[in-house]
Amino acid sequence: MGNTLFGKIWDKHVVKQIKDGPSVLYIDKHFIHEVTSPQAFSGIEKRGAKLFRPAQIVATADHNVPTVNQHLPIADQLSRFQVDTLIDNCKKHGVTLYGLGHEHQGIVHVIGPELGITQPGMTIVCGDSHTSTHGAFGSVAFGIGTSEVEMVFASQCIMQTKPKAMRINIEGTLNKGVVSKDIILYIIAKISASGATGYFVEYAGSAIRALSMEARMTICNMSIEMGARGGLIAPDQTTFDYIQGRMFAPKGADWEQQLAEWKTLYSDADAQFDMEINIDAADIEPMITYGTNPGMGLSVTGTLPTMESFTDTTEQQNFEKALNYMGLQPGQSLLGMPIQNVFIGSCTNSRIEDFRLVACIIKGKQKDPAVKTLIVPGSQEVAKQIKKEGLDKIFEAAGIEIRQAGCSACLGMNEDKIPAGEYCVSTSNRNFEGRQGAGARTMLVSPLTAAAALLTGKITDIRTLLN
Amino acid sequence: MQSLQKITSRFIPLRIENVDTDQIIPARFLKATTKEGFGKNLFRDWRYENDDETKPKADFVLNQKQYSGEILVAAKNFGCGSSREHAAWSILDYGFKVVVSSFFADIFKNNALNNGVLPVTVTDAFLQQIFAQGPEDTLSIDLAAQTITIDATGAAETFEINAYKKTCLLNGYDDIDYLLSMKEEIEAFEAKR
Repeated sequence: MGNTLFGKIWDKHVVKQIKDGPSVLYIDKHFIHEVTSPQAFSGIEKRGAKLFRPAQIVATADHNVPTVNQHLPIADQLSRFQVDTLIDNCKKHGVTLYGLGHEHQGIVHVIGPELGITQPGMTIVCGDSHTSTHGAFGSVAFGIGTSEVEMVFASQCIMQTKPKAMRINIEGTLNKGVVSKDIILYIIAKISASGATGYFVEYAGSAIRALSMEARMTICNMSIEMGARGGLIAPDQTTFDYIQGRMFAPKGADWEQQLAEWKTLYSDADAQFDMEINIDAADIEPMITYGTNPGMGLSVTGTLPTMESFTDTTEQQNFEKALNYMGLQPGQSLLGMPIQNVFIGSCTNSRIEDFRLVACIIKGKQKDPAVKTLIVPGSQEVAKQIKKEGLDKIFEAAGIEIRQAGCSACLGMNEDKIPAGEYCVSTSNRNFEGRQGAGARTMLVSPLTAAAALLTGKITDIRTLLN
Repeated sequence: MQSLQKITSRFIPLRIENVDTDQIIPARFLKATTKEGFGKNLFRDWRYENDDETKPKADFVLNQKQYSGEILVAAKNFGCGSSREHAAWSILDYGFKVVVSSFFADIFKNNALNNGVLPVTVTDAFLQQIFAQGPEDTLSIDLAAQTITIDATGAAETFEINAYKKTCLLNGYDDIDYLLSMKEEIEAFEAKR
């Protein structure tokens, strides 16, 4: 019987299978950042151990950095200490750091692919649940806790039980105004915030094959939002073209050799999946979330569920709690609702293609004067490209400031927060209570729908603004 | 890591589904560089009005004096969202040794086990039976036997845990010690790739 893409990569990295226990899995690349690494460094030091393979680790500062005046010392004392601790640890243990001020600095899941560090067939981990992003390249990539970061420091391995395999097939052509973010929000709304727990998901089908690498990353990024351990897409010519020539991409004969191997990375025709879901691309419309987990989503033109649509009392209570938090009513429509903030950024949607999409909608127009904006490129490289393509002029003319790279208002660890009670139309990945600031009300959307809200100050069906 | 074998304790019922790690420990408390002291900020924004420790929210279960104990019982999909291990540290630091739910998110489950906090997965029906108990009632968990019992009724269920993790927890071993002992095997694996 054939193997799945996920199975092929996983099996090749098993150093040892513990009886009735987890696998000892070898890790090719380990990304670290300032928030989830300090306790792992101090842990390894306390044991008197050394980092086993420091050359396989890449560090950046992203979660806890300001997105303005990055040339100045970080004002918040705790944040500055945390970022300085990363600098000290990397220096002491010989880890490459693309820190604040470095031309390669940026959100860890943006810079890995951008620099060509992320490659097909790899196992990749990071102390961040959105590590699944790297799966877009046909790698097995997943988020880990700090104890596991310490394991990889100590041994370049991790103890992990093999997840089950799921495949989600999306066939057909996407409707006008629908982009990859809508696909993943649609899937999560369909199967719920826990619908893929215990699984590693492969995204397949003609609609996926037609996507760019940036768009594929958006989909894999949000795999965790349905509980999946990770998500991946078989590498193809689109993948190879994206990687070729990047800084850490294989070169010359090495490239040819790697390429031949990468071309074997697909699920065999007779591979068995533990679960398979089929979706017609034509059914997907521009999406938006209304609740406090990413599974609470609907078409932007749709109406919220009613209380009667839940049979279980706990579910009813949870629905009511979410709607109270969001200030919404059962059965209502969201279209035309005024919003106060737009956040464009995060490891989900802060790549150059996302900025091109937004620029194309706002070109020659003005943003609604009442809307406050946080527009944050994913990396220094994306920021540079924005300028190179002149997109910055389009944003500027629309009255919108572009900030400096970082995670920003996706998790509100730095100053970039949404005020309590206000709505934020956001291209990020989580709409949890308080995620973007205490009391903030997040609605997750695609960059296109966010651009529409920028112009109108309201929840808007992007299709009404397209020719 | 502390070992855990048997525990009998009252429990705190958290009747909320999809409790995400941002609720368990909000991001603004992740600026610390040590593992200690997170307990006071556990469920911070559900516990206090406007982030003010002098204004506990009366309707939140951690603030209700009749409930106490070393066991947290939560509705399904507990620990979803961010991989922050700070969530497990804050639960441990607050004084919980066991979390019971009908469904756990994967990363949280690993993080809990790596810190000596036992996640116990029960059926929906059993969870409802636990929620139906009063604040004085206790639960007993026996890790070696893999059982959870509602002491007042005698109702019991077995729960799953892989044999390796069970041994670790019973003895207080952690994975890092194990991996450090595998150095030669790992080098051999690298050499033949």
